[in-house]
Amino acid sequence: MKISFPYMGNSHIAIGYWLEELGHEVIYPPVPSKKTLSLGVQHAPEFACLPFKILLGTYLEAIEAGADTLASSGGFGPCRAGYYGELHKRILHDLGHSVRLIILEPPLMAPFNFCKNIYNLVRPQSSWLNCYRKFRITWEKLRALDTAEDRLHQLRPYVLDRRALTQAYEKALDYIREARTMPQVREAVQAGLAGMESLPSDKSRNPLKIGLIGEIYVVLEPFANHDIEKILGDMGVLVHRSIFITNWTRDNALVNRERDIRSRAIPYLNQLVGGHGQNSVGEVVRYAEHGFDGVVQLAPFTCIPEIVAKSIMPAISADKGIPVLTLFLDEQTGRAGIETRLEAFVDLLQQRRSQREVS
Amino acid sequence: MGTTWPGQGKGVIAVRVGVPRTLSYFSFYPLWKALFEGVGAEVVVSPPSNKELMDAGVRETVNDACVPIKLYHGHVEALKDKVDILFLPRLVSLDGKVTLCPKFLGLPDMVRYSIAGLPELIDLRLDLKKGRHELYRFLYRVGRRFTGNRARIAAAIRAARYNIQRYRKLLLQGLTPEEAFSLLENGHAANRREKGAGIKLAVLGYPYALYDDYVSVRLLEKLRLQGVDVVTPDMVAEPALRRMGKSLPKNLFWYYSNRVVWACLYYLRDYSVDGIIHVTAFGCGPDAMTNKLIELEAKHSRQVPFMTVTIDEHTGEAGVETRVEAFVDLLKRKKGLL
Ligand code: SF4
Ligand code: SF4
Repeated sequence: MKISFPYMGNSHIAIGYWLEELGHEVIYPPVPSKKTLSLGVQHAPEFACLPFKILLGTYLEAIEAGADTLASSGGFGPCRAGYYGELHKRILHDLGHSVRLIILEPPLMAPFNFCKNIYNLVRPQSSWLNCYRKFRITWEKLRALDTAEDRLHQLRPYVLDRRALTQAYEKALDYIREARTMPQVREAVQAGLAGMESLPSDKSRNPLKIGLIGEIYVVLEPFANHDIEKILGDMGVLVHRSIFITNWTRDNALVNRERDIRSRAIPYLNQLVGGHGQNSVGEVVRYAEHGFDGVVQLAPFTCIPEIVAKSIMPAISADKGIPVLTLFLDEQTGRAGIETRLEAFVDLLQQRRSQREVS
Repeated sequence: MGTTWPGQGKGVIAVRVGVPRTLSYFSFYPLWKALFEGVGAEVVVSPPSNKELMDAGVRETVNDACVPIKLYHGHVEALKDKVDILFLPRLVSLDGKVTLCPKFLGLPDMVRYSIAGLPELIDLRLDLKKGRHELYRFLYRVGRRFTGNRARIAAAIRAARYNIQRYRKLLLQGLTPEEAFSLLENGHAANRREKGAGIKLAVLGYPYALYDDYVSVRLLEKLRLQGVDVVTPDMVAEPALRRMGKSLPKNLFWYYSNRVVWACLYYLRDYSVDGIIHVTAFGCGPDAMTNKLIELEAKHSRQVPFMTVTIDEHTGEAGVETRVEAFVDLLKRKKGLL
């Protein structure tokens, strides 16, 4: 089985590893690009959200590269993401591609379907024990990737040579990719982090702090958000991202540890609205409480939960005194436009800060 | 809760409750109306959607919202100074299985933080996932806002439920909501339409898009004038709809969208339907999925001609009219009627 799966941030390093260890031939489609997106746009409904389009484009490229099976995650609403897989399948079949889609539904909600799909993934060439062992390593890798990425964004505003930092980070990714056992993964993170931290930096700087919130896919996938964390980091801003793959999968798939954020959202939005809508509201409150200078909300155009959240933002922003910039992203969004808006936003935050320091 | 008002129930000064004439209005108005009147309130409905309401809505909402949500804000704006209480329920689940579109779920909050100077709100949550008696409890809680008299509330609820059942029957028989409202109120039907002799079209969409003449640019009326026999999702009986739902590998997650999809499947199996028109609002999230799904179903099941009409703030009547006319002509020609 030649299997492929969509990109989200760096997660492919870990997921690809797992599938390979299960004995599949993994097809890595090209990293999402303009071409991917325009392929997706061509065949997706006009008002589908951006992630749907990028994913569809990625699938088409994967098929072109020879994949006969595609793996993705499912869900049961209330937002659209849960239906992506089903509709992708119908569109691909309608286009005449006879690929197989393995859509992993959340185990708690569709246990039978989940087991069947896992069986299809594991059994042909591997054993359950192997699957379990390799899954633990995969999970460790995912966490390692998150740790490295988090550190990258924490360091960026301080280091003197940002290009060297990016190189050190890429080296860390390579270490993690190469690791084959649990101890190796742990060593890889340590080595990677050490490499990044050893770079000369200026700890006396007091950068602006911006929280990054919004819909998970566009927050995690640099292609979708035009590498916003890097843009901000290069402007000397400390970016804190609210979502990481490992805390996302943990929170939503297994147990619920989001109570804390939800409780902060309740005064404004006492209702789950799907996606990250309610979280976005709660996170703004949390960032305000932690003394952040501002928040950037990222959302795909027509994203339902984030539109709900955005309508409430002005009220929170006024109550808590924290500016929020919302960026809706679609296929027409250009990097230049994003940069300009971010620059203006950062200027505004800088001004607010100096005013506060004066008074 | 349980606010009491001077002169309540004696018909002296009734509390005025505002009900926006959009979204759930087309599915539930007879229920709300009988309930409110039963507990001694006066029901004030906003005017039929029009350009001013739309413009007001556009001013108040984030520009990424869909047309019906913007319009809803416009209706609230039109009502807020004319009533004592605004009825903006939070409709979460109406069938106990799926929710409504997430924008319905967040609607009271969107309104509260977008529009200033609102009167008291009734934003109680109706979530039938919580159990079968939740509707009764919801109606009871609403009633408590107006009177402490339990017997009176119970009677009002009974009347309300009776009213909504009659209303649904009328819709099944093919009446439009406005016709059904006037029949329920005045006891006589508007003049019955004769069946169109020509072709039969399934016009699918959410009630607040199909039946709102401003949103749908009077599409249903125009089709009927062209001699088309129009059927809508509300003309399919509940059990038949649910049966269709079972035939799909995976259903959507939104109440109104599911009804559109199921009605589509139903009419695809009903060989008398000559074509399908899907009416969808600009910027509607769920419809991106719904529309593609039914388009593919129509294409694969028996190549039924399918057309999508997307409505935005600036849709000209003329544009839609020409397209629809062309579509109808095509179907008529196909059938040898032209
Ligand atoms: S959260 Fe937004 S982007 Fe994600 S599926 Fe829902 S509408 Fe689409
Ligand atoms: S279903 Fe579509 S039109 Fe209705 S509220 Fe949701 S997004 Fe708007």
